[in-house]
Amino acid sequence: MSELSVKHLLGIKYINKDDINLIFETADHFKEVINRSIKKVPSLRDITIANLFFENSTRTRLSFELAEKRLSADVVNFSASSSSLKKGETLIDTVNNILSMKVDMVVMRHSNPGAGIFLSKHINASIINAGDGAHEHPTQALLDSYSIREQFGEVAGKNILIVGDILHSRVALSNIFALKKLGANVKVCGPKTLIPKHITSLGVTVELNLKKALEWCDVANMLRVQNERMDISYFPTTREYTQQFGLNKKILDSLDKEIIIMHPGPINRGVEITSDVADCKQAIILNQVENGVAIRMAVLYLLASKLQKNEN
Amino acid sequence: MSQKVLLNATEVNIALHRLACQLIENHDTFSETVLIGIQPRGIFLAERIKLLLETSYKVKNIELGYLDITFYRDDFRRNDKPIEPSTTNIDFIIENKKVVFVDDVLYTGRSIRAALTAIQSFGRPLEIELLTFIDRRFSRHLPIQPDYRGRQVDAINNEKVKVCWKENDGLDAVYLINN
Repeated sequence: MSELSVKHLLGIKYINKDDINLIFETADHFKEVINRSIKKVPSLRDITIANLFFENSTRTRLSFELAEKRLSADVVNFSASSSSLKKGETLIDTVNNILSMKVDMVVMRHSNPGAGIFLSKHINASIINAGDGAHEHPTQALLDSYSIREQFGEVAGKNILIVGDILHSRVALSNIFALKKLGANVKVCGPKTLIPKHITSLGVTVELNLKKALEWCDVANMLRVQNERMDISYFPTTREYTQQFGLNKKILDSLDKEIIIMHPGPINRGVEITSDVADCKQAIILNQVENGVAIRMAVLYLLASKLQKNEN
Repeated sequence: MSQKVLLNATEVNIALHRLACQLIENHDTFSETVLIGIQPRGIFLAERIKLLLETSYKVKNIELGYLDITFYRDDFRRNDKPIEPSTTNIDFIIENKKVVFVDDVLYTGRSIRAALTAIQSFGRPLEIELLTFIDRRFSRHLPIQPDYRGRQVDAINNEKVKVCWKENDGLDAVYLINN
């Protein structure tokens, strides 16, 4: 088996197609493992992993923690709200203190873009980015592409539409990198104010009409409007956003084909997607969550297998 | 590198028939017994034994699964080369069944140690036996011995025993390779 070309998973931008495929193949095995009656393997029993969540998270944090526990790693958790960060400690100091307790890997979510990259230059542990501001969220993109691969057998050549707040979405950026590396066609759709000016330089096309975009795609990935990252008003009202860019059953039924609906969560039901669409059989939202654990197990396993060699 | 033939196709065939007969002696109709081929190389032997039992000895409905032990090995991060996982496929219940592990070569016993841990994820078997085609005695690191063996081989540590199967390697044979 080949191995990953990187020591950290900081973003999809920094890994190549072979890395992505290796993660997918490894995740296939872990998906079988997590469907056994005993869902645990002892591979990482001598590894300690710190989950540093400087920003809130439910799904990603649970998913990482489950993945770590199913690989038998020891896990320490940290959340910003209950930490010494409030007392004025710097990021490097916080992390170095945690590392002196002999931690091998760090899973980190931070509100500053590039926090993981910054940290990787200062510490020895292997770092997995679990979301850094509006920059990247690599494991989410991997599980999204993995879910598409599971539906169609492959990602190459498929038409993938990303709808919503492209400007503030780390999921969108990581997804674009991953999908382009795997050979998919990517289109983004959303209010003009929420589409970055030079997005086409990443090799994606822009469509402002949701109906037209949906007619083009095989898969629609509906993103959440990130109100917490909006310092100014990007569209007049939520109601207007929903009318123009919300996915409902009526528009879905008007298409001449069945498309796959994805959502990275958390869903704002009735805003970007209506309940009947989120719960219909075309939606693979819960499959994405299940695949998330397998993907994160694969990433942790593959990065952990490189730990020893770096120490030597 | 030199290689010596330990068993040719005829000798392999005789040993296979003997192993099949020994299994029937202990497991009769196989109603309470399942075969588990250890990935990656044990599955060829397991498939061959199943075929032999069904065609030559008319034993019906033998359940055969594949068990991959990669995530249970004790040498993770200690090897130069990463180990490639294979598929695990056990689509039947092993709880309270007699399980027979099937592998081609028994050397240090570490794979079987890993397999003993791995199989527990699928339930609690009534008992576990080990069938191995080649038993390299004097080279065990752990107190593990086979219940059925095709041939016992004395090989020193820098020698390698390779079992070839018609389905995968073109012919049935066992070689002793000297590095």
